[in-house]
Amino acid sequence: MSAAVEMQPYVDPRDRGGAAQPMLIARELQRHFRVKGAGTGAVVRAVDGVSFTLFKGETLGVVGESGCGKSTLARLLLHLVVPDSGELVFDGDAVGERGGVNVADLRRQVQMVFQDSYSSLNPRMPVQDSIAFGPMVNGRSKTEARRIAHEILVKVGLRPDLFGPRYPHELSGGQKQRVNIARALAVGPRMVILDEAVSALDKSVEAQVLNLLRQLKRTLNLTYLFISHDLNVVRYISDRVLVMYLGQVVELGPAAEVFARARHPYTRALLGSRLSMDAGRRIEAPPLVGDPPSPIDPPSGCRFRTRCPHAESVCEARMPTLGHWEDRSSHVAACHMTRPDSGHSLAGSA
Amino acid sequence: MNERVVVAPGAIPADSEIADNEVDLAPAIKVRGYWQSVLHRLRYDWMTIGFGLVVLAIVIAAIAAPLIAPFDPYQQSIVGRLKPFGWRGHPWGTDELGRDMMSRLIYGGRISLLMGLAPVLIATVVGGMLGVIGGFAGRVANTAIMRTMDVFYAFPSILLAVAISGAMGGGMINGIISLSLVFTPAMCRVAETATAQVKNLDYIEAARASGASTLTIIRHHVLGNVLGPVFIYASSLVSVSILLASGLSFLGLGVQPPEPDWGLMLSTLRQSLYVDPLGCALPGIAIFVTSICFNLVSDGVRGAMDVRG
Repeated sequence: MSAAVEMQPYVDPRDRGGAAQPMLIARELQRHFRVKGAGTGAVVRAVDGVSFTLFKGETLGVVGESGCGKSTLARLLLHLVVPDSGELVFDGDAVGERGGVNVADLRRQVQMVFQDSYSSLNPRMPVQDSIAFGPMVNGRSKTEARRIAHEILVKVGLRPDLFGPRYPHELSGGQKQRVNIARALAVGPRMVILDEAVSALDKSVEAQVLNLLRQLKRTLNLTYLFISHDLNVVRYISDRVLVMYLGQVVELGPAAEVFARARHPYTRALLGSRLSMDAGRRIEAPPLVGDPPSPIDPPSGCRFRTRCPHAESVCEARMPTLGHWEDRSSHVAACHMTRPDSGHSLAGSA
Repeated sequence: MNERVVVAPGAIPADSEIADNEVDLAPAIKVRGYWQSVLHRLRYDWMTIGFGLVVLAIVIAAIAAPLIAPFDPYQQSIVGRLKPFGWRGHPWGTDELGRDMMSRLIYGGRISLLMGLAPVLIATVVGGMLGVIGGFAGRVANTAIMRTMDVFYAFPSILLAVAISGAMGGGMINGIISLSLVFTPAMCRVAETATAQVKNLDYIEAARASGASTLTIIRHHVLGNVLGPVFIYASSLVSVSILLASGLSFLGLGVQPPEPDWGLMLSTLRQSLYVDPLGCALPGIAIFVTSICFNLVSDGVRGAMDVRG
């Protein structure tokens, strides 16, 4: 080791690409699920051509209605669900391809925290064993894994001697979710996918866990993909936001930008549906009516057009693309209104 | 750090030193393991304990039969046939060949318990393994295993046991084999259902996400959760097995004379029903008491194991 390297503040030895290399690049990820019982070959287009870049050290918030493919996307990133097509590049290496990073290595570096804190812990196992399981299957000895589990428990704010030997049903929801976070961190990941990780918690506990997540990110140098349907939470924790609708990305940009100047009508509708603390500011008309169309047979052209107040013939004819994004500050939306040359009457105004 | 992170009481800042008074202030409850907590709940269940003691007594009597039995169970006597209770020191009288009833009943417990436990044990291991494999494997393996089991399911259990025993001939070993075959499909189904329920839970996915192989996941996360339902079901099968074994012996398909078996005793004493009705009823009572005690104990254990939280 040369002196120059030692002088640097912190370099993760696993960081191969350097700070400029994105942690994760997803290109045109696609996963369709066959519909059971339908002999017609109908498929649910759960994730349909999703591309994004996750930069090192950032928190990317993923928002969208229930059933828009957020959770499938999370599982695709970990190869818990194998994508039909598309490419995944982790720190410069293609995932699951020759010469790239294999899935086992990926899973050592990317971990996931699940929404349901109850079903995500083995009810027959003391939580310290649940946490130690990851290190153990990755070759640590039993005592070493136990020691790691105790260290991580301290990091998530639970006393190991008190909480380690407990069973999940002896913990509160917030404590269980802390344990889940500890379990994810025990493997020593560089990136953590938080799939609705705080959604099931009540507000005060949610705030505690969110703060914990922020601290852990700072101290452990983590990158987060934060999936939630709660816009306020996403705004609080995210650096950038990705908005999904029916398996596609409709808007992507810095959190402050997206929340201040949403460019896609769907994002605007979502933001309009947020409840306000201000009693004078009431939601008079529902910003969005009806349910999203079926992902089995999505609308032609723009998928949002059936619920969009500005839908025109061009929206039916052509599917708007997200366009190119360069870096963390790019703000793009898949809407014809954002393109001056699209032929939409309101083009360029958004 | 210019941004002051608000930490709610009970949580310690992740990067701070751990200080005892700062850490989560949950009361220091006594932590029990799962089986410990089951035992704890059973402690106050007097019914289960009572019937459990009866089962224990029967088991001990069967194991220690040579020490307890007052007479040789095979010793016949021409003059002492079908004698009433207390006749010449025979506390429960004698049977149709003049053998001591009490000794035969005590020795008979050995065979009845063996016939009750062995098939269940075999079925639990074999059926449980098949069920876990079937539950965890893909659709093809699952279909292959479960549909095969369904074929066995198509027959009533007693009929199947009689058919298999009849085809293979009498004897204790064949009886155990046939009963094992009868119980395996049911056991397999219980294990498969429990496995399928567990398989799709997030902690299995989390385990997979941490890089564990399927075998490791089954060993650490599936078996423990399948064991509960399987154990409960197995314990309820013991009494069924005792009854079926007695039925087989009664029909002459199980244990062969002169072995002292409760079902066989019932069968041979049946002809003396009008001469010695009480003595005739004794093996039946033994079967009844043993199976009902096993049933009630399994019921109590099931109740203690079901409780969550």
